[in-house]
Amino acid sequence: MIDKAPDPIVPRPFRIQRVRRETEDTFTVELVPVDGAGGTSFVPGQFNMLYLFGVGEIPVSISGDPNEGSKLVHTTRAVGTVTKAMQRLKRGSFLGVRGPYGTGWPVEEVAGSDVVLVAGGMGLAPLRPALFRLISRRERYGRIVLLYGTRSPADILFQKDLEHWRARFDLEVYVTVDRAMSSWRGNVGVVTGLIPKAPFDPSQTTALVCGPEVMMRFAVQELVRRGLNPSDIYVSMERNMKCAVGFCGHCQFGPHFVCKDGPVFRYDGVKELMWVREV
Amino acid sequence: METLEPILAQHPFLEGMERRHLELLVGCASNVRFDAGKFLFREGEEANHFYFVRHGRVVLEIFSPQRGPIEIETLTEGDVLGWSWLVPPYYWRFDARAVEMTRAIALDGKCLRNKCETDKDLGYELLKRFVNIVDRRLQATRLQLMDLYGD
Amino acid sequence: MTAADLVINDRVTIDRAHLDLMFAALREEGCRLVGPTVRTGAVVYDDLASTADLPAGWTDHQGAGSYRAEQTGQPALFEFTAGQTSWKRFLHPPALRLLSARRAEDGIRMDGAAQESMKLAFIGVRPCDLHAITILDRVLTGDRFLDPNYRVRRRNAIVIAIQCGRAGGTCFCASMGTGPKATSGFDLALTEVIDAGRHCFVTEVGSDRGADLISRIPGRRSSADEIQCAEERVARAAESMGRVLDVTNIKELLYHSYEHPRWDTVARRCLCCANCTMVCPTCFCSTVEDVTDIAGDTAERWRKWDSCFTADFSYIHGGSVRSSGRARYRQWLVHKLATWIDQFGSSGCVGCGRCITWCPVGIDLTEEVQAIREHQSPTSAFVIDEETEDGDS
Repeated sequence: MIDKAPDPIVPRPFRIQRVRRETEDTFTVELVPVDGAGGTSFVPGQFNMLYLFGVGEIPVSISGDPNEGSKLVHTTRAVGTVTKAMQRLKRGSFLGVRGPYGTGWPVEEVAGSDVVLVAGGMGLAPLRPALFRLISRRERYGRIVLLYGTRSPADILFQKDLEHWRARFDLEVYVTVDRAMSSWRGNVGVVTGLIPKAPFDPSQTTALVCGPEVMMRFAVQELVRRGLNPSDIYVSMERNMKCAVGFCGHCQFGPHFVCKDGPVFRYDGVKELMWVREV
Repeated sequence: METLEPILAQHPFLEGMERRHLELLVGCASNVRFDAGKFLFREGEEANHFYFVRHGRVVLEIFSPQRGPIEIETLTEGDVLGWSWLVPPYYWRFDARAVEMTRAIALDGKCLRNKCETDKDLGYELLKRFVNIVDRRLQATRLQLMDLYGD
Repeated sequence: MTAADLVINDRVTIDRAHLDLMFAALREEGCRLVGPTVRTGAVVYDDLASTADLPAGWTDHQGAGSYRAEQTGQPALFEFTAGQTSWKRFLHPPALRLLSARRAEDGIRMDGAAQESMKLAFIGVRPCDLHAITILDRVLTGDRFLDPNYRVRRRNAIVIAIQCGRAGGTCFCASMGTGPKATSGFDLALTEVIDAGRHCFVTEVGSDRGADLISRIPGRRSSADEIQCAEERVARAAESMGRVLDVTNIKELLYHSYEHPRWDTVARRCLCCANCTMVCPTCFCSTVEDVTDIAGDTAERWRKWDSCFTADFSYIHGGSVRSSGRARYRQWLVHKLATWIDQFGSSGCVGCGRCITWCPVGIDLTEEVQAIREHQSPTSAFVIDEETEDGDS
């Protein structure tokens, strides 16, 4: 796991190795530490605070392969001041990194089970490391199924990875879009619609769910309808974060601090809260 | 040619249906095939059938003048397609096109409507099951409408 | 008496005149003395140059949305209750530089800002505020991460408490189990005793540091009569609380009341002005500001006080999770009285009453909780429509 506790205040300098455009408004940034020494290990599901000198700091999911120890990979949408500025950075620029913070997906704990990953939109980013980890220890798990839904074909993330995963004989990958033009040969429909027929055994399955909150609410209902226990479903919550270490108070979700009690939560622990408005 | 009864009896959609009702359905059923690219039905046409998709892929489309055909839902093996045969004035609301070669069991809606009028129990059993499908589609449609992955 | 003669819980009486000697002793140690003083018509905590800065003769009248300080002409130094400010502004400052950064050829240099090492001496900490400090200790140094700024200031702070002789109009420390008597968490605890012919302080030793301090001031072991006088004063305060908050099963009550109609009622009054969070001695929320100089070569990160009542406190792409005032008031109250317990093992409220006094529209959380308790929501969403039942009218 993590070798030492991350500093709560001072970021470590990292250099940008690559900025890659994923879709129109989503990009991936790959970072290597300036001082060369490690500090790149993380648990799938965790996030870092990325600091852009003089502009600001934002939480970004780590979206890369946890077995690839030499760099940190993050994927985010360019929707605010910091992310828009970050998108324009070039190789060689610097970012400060604080982290990794938060709880991760229970990848080690679910050995022996079937695993179904349900990703909606950007939700695929924090789930991708989990899938990499599951694949790297494939023999420990039963069936592995990825259900991924996004808005349209142009919004599909990590196309190359999806193609590699689909090509494997020991993974099931289903991709769907909310809407498409007739040139699209794939599935059209909400990702929750894929759950009833997905090939997993509900009596021995753990589900990892990530996406917009509404999507997670409906996905969880479909999973429960199929027979999963609430204690076998994990969700990833998102809230405003300023400090990521439980001091600023912004990320509270009921009694939970999303930065340290989450972002990954076991569903039975947040069941009631997910249906309360504006909490 | 073997009867379609065992195939229909096993379909989840018809689970729990009494033997005599199943026999009525079988009487209105036939095996059909749509080659890739063919339309199962077009918007505005009279709706006289519904389908159990056995194999292949069907996409529901609505054509709009500037944007061309917009795909709204994909149906595959195991899905039930079509309830417009139950709703007056019985016409299809959108196009359905076979994306790849598709085999299905077609049920004659006109024939079934008559049978339902005389055997109200059969009517209730079918309506119960269709309501489930409509509910799921409605939910899914609402989620799609919300454009969850947008801003 | 020497420090070696004194043990924890010992009582020493010092005269009013000797309080100046205590101040001098603290200053000799290099302490910055902060305590109650009067500014613009209210008692606040600020720097004290001498005992002359203490609010001698001042008392206060507090109610919902109302504060009046009054000069009585009496010699008592501590006849007021909770002032406008609390001690958190010294331990958890409203603005604090966290780090500075500058561009270099090979990247960015980032350094944590130097910690302030000045020793603080808190003069006159009320029991409720003592608990508030303990609560902040737990939040900022007792969990997974540690706030180094808070820890340094806290460790260096000397705490001289004052036992309350009267309860304020909005006080309810008795309900929260935080007063009016302080039993621990202080170096020294004073009780002011004034009657025929004497003005003195019965001082309880709370730590070795306190024993050391008091041993450097002329004093004598307190007599049984003095101790009794002191106890009686505090007992009177316990009986005259301005408010009561029923904390029976309060966590379960609030956890089951997320959709209670009372939130709508209070939301119609609440201005989301954030006064309550500013005056509350335990509210700790903050935000972060990144600033840079015009040349863009150096940058700083500052931490500033923030409030869950602000519109963008809970902003994530697309909008704020809590955009309505209703949701924000609910967040504050449920956090303070319920979720805080799950987070930190105690209530977040110490019963000081400041939020009631300083709310411009006089919202009283004891009243809100009572309303939620008394009127649990109806089980059915609809009521029978009387008018159309009969067909006409």
